[in-house]
Amino acid sequence: MNRLKQLFEEKKNILSIYYTAGYPNLGDTMAIAEQLEQSGADLLEIGFPYSDPVADGPVIQASSKQALDNGMDLKLLFEQLKDLRKTVTIPVLLMGYVNPMLQFGVENFCKACAEVGVDGCIVPDLPMVEYEELYAEIFAKYGLSNIFLVTPQTSPERIQKIDGISNAFIYLLSSSATTGQNLQVSDQTEAYFARIAALKLKNPSIIGFGISSKETFNKACKYAHGAIVGSAFVKSLDGDNVRGSVKEFMKKFKG
Amino acid sequence: MSYFVNEKGYYGDFGGAYIPEMLYPNVEELRQNYLKIIGDEDFQKEFHQLLKDYVGRPSPLYLAKRLSKKYNANIFLKREDLNHTGAHKINNTVGQILLAERLGKKRIIAETGAGQHGVATATVCALRGLECVVYMGEVDIKRQAPNVARMKMLGATVVPATSGSKTLKDATNEAMRDWINNPIDTHFIIGSVVGPHPYPDMVGIFQSIISEETKKQLIEQTGSDQPDYILACVGGGSNAMGMFYHFLDDEQVKLIAVEAAGRGVSSGFSAATTTLGKEGVLHGSRSILMQTHDGQVVEPHSVSAGLDYPGIGPQHAHLFKTGRGQYVSITDDESLQAGLLLTQMEGIIPAIESAHALAYLEKMTFTGNENVVVCLSGRGDKDMDTYMKYFNL
Repeated sequence: MNRLKQLFEEKKNILSIYYTAGYPNLGDTMAIAEQLEQSGADLLEIGFPYSDPVADGPVIQASSKQALDNGMDLKLLFEQLKDLRKTVTIPVLLMGYVNPMLQFGVENFCKACAEVGVDGCIVPDLPMVEYEELYAEIFAKYGLSNIFLVTPQTSPERIQKIDGISNAFIYLLSSSATTGQNLQVSDQTEAYFARIAALKLKNPSIIGFGISSKETFNKACKYAHGAIVGSAFVKSLDGDNVRGSVKEFMKKFKG
Repeated sequence: MSYFVNEKGYYGDFGGAYIPEMLYPNVEELRQNYLKIIGDEDFQKEFHQLLKDYVGRPSPLYLAKRLSKKYNANIFLKREDLNHTGAHKINNTVGQILLAERLGKKRIIAETGAGQHGVATATVCALRGLECVVYMGEVDIKRQAPNVARMKMLGATVVPATSGSKTLKDATNEAMRDWINNPIDTHFIIGSVVGPHPYPDMVGIFQSIISEETKKQLIEQTGSDQPDYILACVGGGSNAMGMFYHFLDDEQVKLIAVEAAGRGVSSGFSAATTTLGKEGVLHGSRSILMQTHDGQVVEPHSVSAGLDYPGIGPQHAHLFKTGRGQYVSITDDESLQAGLLLTQMEGIIPAIESAHALAYLEKMTFTGNENVVVCLSGRGDKDMDTYMKYFNL
């Protein structure tokens, strides 16, 4: 059975963690994945770095730059993930910008994802129209899910459309913002989450952007099937003691 | 063959709107409204009035006699350097500020490299009393101090872009991040024919005044609106697009776009995008850009900050790929020599950007009868430091 589908059927309050491949050290990608699963993460988003990450705030920008300086690229990432499914059982998504994917070749990219056991992708700057016309078939051929973002400014019609072409979950942005800012659940945000709930979408949703503590995580889980922690986790990684720093961070959420 | 944008926002294989969902409502609002607003009679009246009384248009089409004699052709200079603020950039910022007002925006953001677009944006914001924030690479802030001071004097806030290479590309990233974080009240005035659809088309339309005037002026001066050659420099490509625009369907008019070769196309310090680049996505559109094997954007180099950009607009990528335009390049040295030559033969100090277009005349051969138009996109005041150092003035 599809790992993503199974996760959403079996679990609530899903804790998803984002980190950048090749950061803090080039060879940390697999160690972080393994330790996150052991420490209780439900879903992983592994970022492949890009030189011009416009949707990201300072923390993830810096990690991307460091990863590139360390020598990370997609070819190396797929090599590192070769034995992913020997040690990691939770669903794994790759997240990154469209240009590295285009240069690697979309079909090659999807094929490599399927071979190593990646379950889906999040490509923030790949528009829905281009995805549908050019790439949806390729994603389907390799059994990959493509995850779309929704913001408080996304119209209900567009949300319905996104729901229609999604087949895993929808990534709800808590606010229209770059990554790494604190979740403020204002009346407006609540109204937005309520609006989404009222649409009765076929796909479950996870809230991302601004989740940095157990408190903000719990808040987000009131409105969705789970939440994504990115910048706060990336910031906490210690290059000299990677597994230790992952364990320490996860205690905040699972302790 | 169409050289203009189609209903999907593409020029052949290039264009589109490769933007994160956070920018979708802003860009979509613009897409749905820009043609309607620009086509509106009131808008046109106000736009042309400002171009005339404030910018100082029409800019002259000047037959450079001594230069013509030297090259054995009739060399006409389209004098965008005589515009208010010293370059073609103001044509676009006047258009976009009027558009932003009609969309109800209260706050303007812009990216700038050398500071020309930043100054042109700060100028129209002062003119209309709107808040203005300009993103500029930390490195560029240091090398373009006079333009930074001009923007500040005009009331703009200049925010240093400290990410990546700290130049134009990163200033553009920071402006896009600002727009993501301020989706409701802010308009992003992009300074070139780059970015997600509809920006390349919109900026091209505002800059097309250059070729619209040129056609009329050519009829008056030569009896025909069809020159043999048109030359313009290309960074992102806005002056070139404005200069080419109304000639695109006149297939017998040869269009020559001059990129910056920097220290030479093979030197590793170049901005010759069509020679060194590959198809890809940068700043919201599919075009040609300089990048590594795995799609990371490469840092360009040119002595001219306005050409120091790793991509070109999608319409240029289309003109290049279809062969409608000839894309060539000129080195730092060649451009500086051409700048000195124009100064001493015609008494006009050109921007180093524009000097790239002039420099290509050296590589052409004429028979004496050809009419050649060169877009003199900006004046050289801002480049005096570079000229002084290079020529020991």
